[in-house]
Amino acid sequence: MSAAVKERSREEYKAQEERLRTVWANPTGWRYWTSVNNFQIGLWYGSAAFAFMLFAGALALLMRLQLAVPDNDFLSAEFFNQAFTLHGTVMMFLFAVPIFEAVAIFLLPPMLGAREMPFPRLGAFSFWSFFLGGIFVCGSIFFNAAPSTGWFMYPPLATDKEFSGIGADIWLLGLSFIEVASIAAAVELIVGIMKCRAPGMRINLMPLFAWYLLIVAGMILFAFPPLIAGDLLFEMERMFDWPFFDAARGGDPLLWQHLFWIFGHPEVYIIFLPAIALMAMIVPTFSQRPIVGYSWIVLAAVGTGFLSFGLWVHHMFATGLPQISLAFFSAASEAVAIPTGVQIFVFIATMLAGRVIFSTPMLFGAGGLAIFVIGGLTGVMVALAPFDWQAHDTYFVVAHLHYVLIGGMLFPVVAGLYYYYPLIDAKQLSDRLGRLAFWLMFCGFNIAFFPMHLSGLRGMPRRVFTYPTEIGWDWLNLISTAGAFIFAAGVLVVVLDVLRPKHRQPRGELNPWNAGTLEWISEPEENWGVRSIPIVRSRYPLWDQKDLARKVNEGRYYLPDAEEGWREGLVTSVLDAEPIQVLRVGGTSYVTIVSALSLGAAFIALTFHWWIATALAAIICFCAVIYWLWTGTGEIPEKPEKNVGLGLSLPLYASGPDSVGWWAMFITMVGDGTAFASLVFGYFFYWTIHADFTAGIAGPDAVWSLVAAILFAAAWGLMVAARTFNRRGATAAMRGLLVLSLLTTVGASAAGLAGPWSPGMEPTRHVYPAIVWILVLWVLAHGAVGTVMQAYCLARSLAGRLTPKHDMDLGNVVLYWHFLLVTAVITFTIIGLFPAAM
Amino acid sequence: MRLIPKQIETLWTLFTAPVVWAAHFLVCYLGAAIYCAKPELVGLSFSAVRAGIAAATVIALSLIALSAWLAWRQWGFGTDDPPHDDPTRRDRTLFQGFATLLLSGLSFIAVIFTAMPALFLTECIR
Repeated sequence: MSAAVKERSREEYKAQEERLRTVWANPTGWRYWTSVNNFQIGLWYGSAAFAFMLFAGALALLMRLQLAVPDNDFLSAEFFNQAFTLHGTVMMFLFAVPIFEAVAIFLLPPMLGAREMPFPRLGAFSFWSFFLGGIFVCGSIFFNAAPSTGWFMYPPLATDKEFSGIGADIWLLGLSFIEVASIAAAVELIVGIMKCRAPGMRINLMPLFAWYLLIVAGMILFAFPPLIAGDLLFEMERMFDWPFFDAARGGDPLLWQHLFWIFGHPEVYIIFLPAIALMAMIVPTFSQRPIVGYSWIVLAAVGTGFLSFGLWVHHMFATGLPQISLAFFSAASEAVAIPTGVQIFVFIATMLAGRVIFSTPMLFGAGGLAIFVIGGLTGVMVALAPFDWQAHDTYFVVAHLHYVLIGGMLFPVVAGLYYYYPLIDAKQLSDRLGRLAFWLMFCGFNIAFFPMHLSGLRGMPRRVFTYPTEIGWDWLNLISTAGAFIFAAGVLVVVLDVLRPKHRQPRGELNPWNAGTLEWISEPEENWGVRSIPIVRSRYPLWDQKDLARKVNEGRYYLPDAEEGWREGLVTSVLDAEPIQVLRVGGTSYVTIVSALSLGAAFIALTFHWWIATALAAIICFCAVIYWLWTGTGEIPEKPEKNVGLGLSLPLYASGPDSVGWWAMFITMVGDGTAFASLVFGYFFYWTIHADFTAGIAGPDAVWSLVAAILFAAAWGLMVAARTFNRRGATAAMRGLLVLSLLTTVGASAAGLAGPWSPGMEPTRHVYPAIVWILVLWVLAHGAVGTVMQAYCLARSLAGRLTPKHDMDLGNVVLYWHFLLVTAVITFTIIGLFPAAM
Repeated sequence: MRLIPKQIETLWTLFTAPVVWAAHFLVCYLGAAIYCAKPELVGLSFSAVRAGIAAATVIALSLIALSAWLAWRQWGFGTDDPPHDDPTRRDRTLFQGFATLLLSGLSFIAVIFTAMPALFLTECIR
């Protein structure tokens, strides 16, 4: 009898496993590329980022060849300009930021004991956007059309079409597109870390990697939007001659520097923190003990995240700002050294307290930190304004930033590659090649970049394509070039180690380093992440919960099955990770590729001013996104609850703040609000730099502006009422209110338009009408999106996909309207009333 | 009316002190920048700006001290030592309290750093 039961349960187990495998299976053949699974997306993302890095590295080698000897004519000045611009741009936007998104998408779900990120299709969309944008930006150099004005694109040089050609447009549009991908990744990461951890993984047990990534994703939300706003102003100037940065018509190039560096400085930490996060996983494993000072790491991550926003002006010390402003930023730049130092001491303490195994990952990690510390110290030097005035725009800064980025990011990433490679195909990279690569890279790096401190102090400016022989820079440059090639040889060894065929190598153990965190139970052959979702009781569950791996793989925890044929994961509470919902996520689909490619096509067509192609691509993208939303989100489940195992039954649907969609909307709109705040900052910036910033031009009509504000508020009120009525079951009233609100929004937009229209404000004449128009257009565009959302909710209701109980769509749209209300009221009161008040 | 807020269950309290730092930083920077761009606007001297920064600093430091005290309370007034890694609600709360306390300390120092320029600079020199 008991044998028969056992037999049956084994059969049942096999059937469960098979169903789960089928649901999570990848498509085969060329359809493989439609996969949205986090393992594939993470791998593609990472590989693409690495390929871009090699490309940008090759450009750097060309530059080093050119600079090896004085008066060299190996490269033309024009090509050299394109090479250094593209080198910086690609390393920053196509390698440093995306590689961490790649690692996070690949690692986070298994590390958190989740099956998937909450929005896998969004992850795929993010990857395809990034890939297309990256190819576009990189490819431009083969047509002699790459951006050539430096990776921070300073106007007036970069706004001048004669000097900068089409390259600046490629930079602006290609990168705006990639910034969209980053914000999508941030949404995914925040929701994933806050809401999708395995049951029991309270915030005090969360892997440190997740803490870092949470902070970094939050930073992206506040750092990238100012750049998007800046890109918008910049492109309006280049495309339509709106004079935001043209001093002759009231604009100011300094505004670009502010917006760029409000992004640019936090970005350094957006790059650095995830790399340190990898170290926070590696160091405990090779010390074979828990990290010393977990809370101190959290302090460091959060503290750095905040302080890094108070540093941006230290890139502008030489622009003639008041000394007191410089001093504030100098002070914050010194303060950020405190949390940065804390992390390094935590690692040292962990190593001292444990028994350190000096493996290849540790070698790269420790070597990287040593380099980073040197970069950090020169950073403290240039944070002092008087020293910066000497070193500004010299090779000293080039040396400093490479010490910071290569030590703080590239070395830890290679450490992570050697550490996590077994998760990709259950095989290890070669220890011998790894050590060879390390010593080549470590020595090559120092030989290449240390002399740059000296050439900088001897006055060599960055970005010169050649130099005369008599000023004493020649031998320093020659050494740098030799070092660069040694360094590149080391990188090449890493590449060879990754690419060499490993089919003869035996399959390694599942957890070769005896690590303690959950990602090490995921089997590379399986696509489901975890066989069943465990209950976590420790920071290092594999060390402390001895039978965890076995029980997970025997399917003894939550959701071991996929009876209804859905990809499912758990949503848990933020603080204590109590299970609250079953989340069904989207599977394999073309729609992500179609939306990303059409959006990319729209941006690319815009670069070349092909208006009809732009419009067509935008329409395709719009339809694809609507189709995606309609078929893939807010699905009403066939039953309200489902048994997830271990005697627990959880709801399949949630709306409002309980749903992950609401959080995604909230996070997106915080980013959107930051971009808007940057535009408002621009408005007041122009006010501060002019005695009369209106230049005598009549401002927007105050009455129309106030009418617009009031109508937008009314439309918002109607939306809130619609949600309330729907919840009470008054469906007809809800539909009526939606229509009414839509009409009010149209009226509000017309009134908003009439504000600057009626006095005939010409945006090309002066910066004042231009900034007013851009604010109004911002609100109108958001109003237009708002009406689409209203129409969408109406259609969902009519189609029976939005009901009084299943009102997630409406809840999310109302949340959007809260933000729209704030945007509209601020805009119209400012543009309508502020000029009169002054 | 209670003067000291009750203990609440949220992640956001972790960020209180750094948010105060950010607000203080913005007030100091924007205040000084606007004054130096348009000194005629309010008709006050630079000493008024410095006094304003001093006032903002006192307010910010008081708020951070309050946040630190609340964190200390959440940390159980230091009765337990870290690492607070038990899978219990109590340890999770203690962890939150301790991390918040550390962040209050960092923010306190950072606010003082930010305020120091006002001690030494007496005019809007460019």
